[in-house]
Amino acid sequence: MILLDRVTKNYGKHATPALDRASLHVEPKEFVIVVGQSGAGKSTLLKLLTREERPTTGKIIVGGIDYDKLRDKDIPLLRRKIGVVFQDFKLLPNRTVFENVAFALEIVGMGNKEIHHTVPKVLDIVNLKGKEKRMPMELSGGERQRVAIARAIVRQPKILIADEPTGNLDPKHAWDVIAVLEKINRYGTTVLLTTHNQDIVNKLKRRVVTIEHGQITSDRAKADYKI
Amino acid sequence: MNRKMITFSRIVTTGLVNFARNSWLAIAAMAVMVVTLTIILFSLIANATFTNTIQQITSKIDVSVYLKDTVTDADAHKLMAKIENLPNVEKVSYVSKEEVLQKYIKDNADNPDLLGAVSQADNPLPATIRIKPRDLNKLDDIKTFLSKKDIASLQSDQPSYSGDRKEAIDKITHATNILQRVGIVAVVVFAIISVLIIFNTIQMAIFNRRDELTIMRLLGASTWYIRGPFVVESIVYGILSAIVSVFLIHSMFVAASSTLQATSLGLLDINYSAEYFKSHMWALLLMQLLVGILIGAASSTVATRRYLKFKTK
Repeated sequence: MILLDRVTKNYGKHATPALDRASLHVEPKEFVIVVGQSGAGKSTLLKLLTREERPTTGKIIVGGIDYDKLRDKDIPLLRRKIGVVFQDFKLLPNRTVFENVAFALEIVGMGNKEIHHTVPKVLDIVNLKGKEKRMPMELSGGERQRVAIARAIVRQPKILIADEPTGNLDPKHAWDVIAVLEKINRYGTTVLLTTHNQDIVNKLKRRVVTIEHGQITSDRAKADYKI
Repeated sequence: MNRKMITFSRIVTTGLVNFARNSWLAIAAMAVMVVTLTIILFSLIANATFTNTIQQITSKIDVSVYLKDTVTDADAHKLMAKIENLPNVEKVSYVSKEEVLQKYIKDNADNPDLLGAVSQADNPLPATIRIKPRDLNKLDDIKTFLSKKDIASLQSDQPSYSGDRKEAIDKITHATNILQRVGIVAVVVFAIISVLIIFNTIQMAIFNRRDELTIMRLLGASTWYIRGPFVVESIVYGILSAIVSVFLIHSMFVAASSTLQATSLGLLDINYSAEYFKSHMWALLLMQLLVGILIGAASSTVATRRYLKFKTK
């Protein structure tokens, strides 16, 4: 589903690479946690997957799309196939919960009738039923993050990338969000989660990929994580 | 509805909503566009009026060749045929002694002194050949031809070239040329200014919504889905500005035509300007709409470009 082959990302010519010959293979329906300190290269890895950044060298193939052969005008089509959840939510502040989720569907040209049919279902999955008309400002951090997840999964992507979705949340809300991610994974979506929350990693018992100084230093199934 | 239609209608709707929300910014952009379009329209009408005035005056100008009484009709027509062959001659006509007299009597009907000087029996007025030249600036070949000895010998007097009128025409033509140039420069300058200001307005609108644009981009919105609303918004500026500019010129002619008439220099036919505007109103409005839409669409397309680029490195 996701294949990185010796991917290096250098932001400046003489800087140390943000990602150094990283290779990673993720099977469909896997739940992979990427851990590492801030600045270790986790975010760079995710930005390469969403094609926000281009690798300096190396090959990336996601869902059968070879990024070397991806034309600029097809980048939007790629992004529609990947759901992304950001640490800072990236919700539109002047739109309701419903509109924020519907936004992802409007972009792909879905009709209003279908949107009104689909969005409530997804809000139900993330346990936000009844909050359709709330504005993001009126929600707690955990609720906002679940709106962001709803928006990411509403197009039923094969891959969901979650960049520190619990980073800004207290433990209770963090677990709400993780629970939703596990639920989505059970429905068959490949999930790639980055975090530096030791507690979450240890309780999830999933595959853990560790990045240190831009290099993948360990890749273990059902692993623990110690900082 | 298929997806493309849905997307198109969403782009248009979003553009119109943004237009309404940005109304203050929109007014600034539109004010400049109205000025630009009004200048364009004004220049066009002024140009048409000048051209018309020059045509009207030049059509009255001709060269008169006065024939001696001894010249027979046959000789006169031979001469006319020769003149007609000159390259710069558009029309040649013959006015007989009697016709000249009739016209003289008619022109001076209220001047008994002048009338007394002539009579049917003793007609001092010469038969005349009137030459209408094609180009007033190239009278020399006609002059040369008429001053040839054998031709000159048929004439009772020096031919008249309406010299004083020609000078006036030259002045008008010169003024028109200058005005045309000034008009073109003004139009270009204002078009550039209005493109820049609209460009700026759109950039401000983008700046206010840059987070939204980033999010749209990350969620996989296509370039035109993001750019479209901005283009629609500035096309609306263009359409409204075009209508306002035509309305401004219209009210100028309707409300102020009498004032304009009073202050006109006599040379320019303001009635003609008004007529021209009225008879071409729809074509002018269409042209203004096209120019407005073009300015709007072009500046917003350029303004959004750098925000929509993907990273290439």
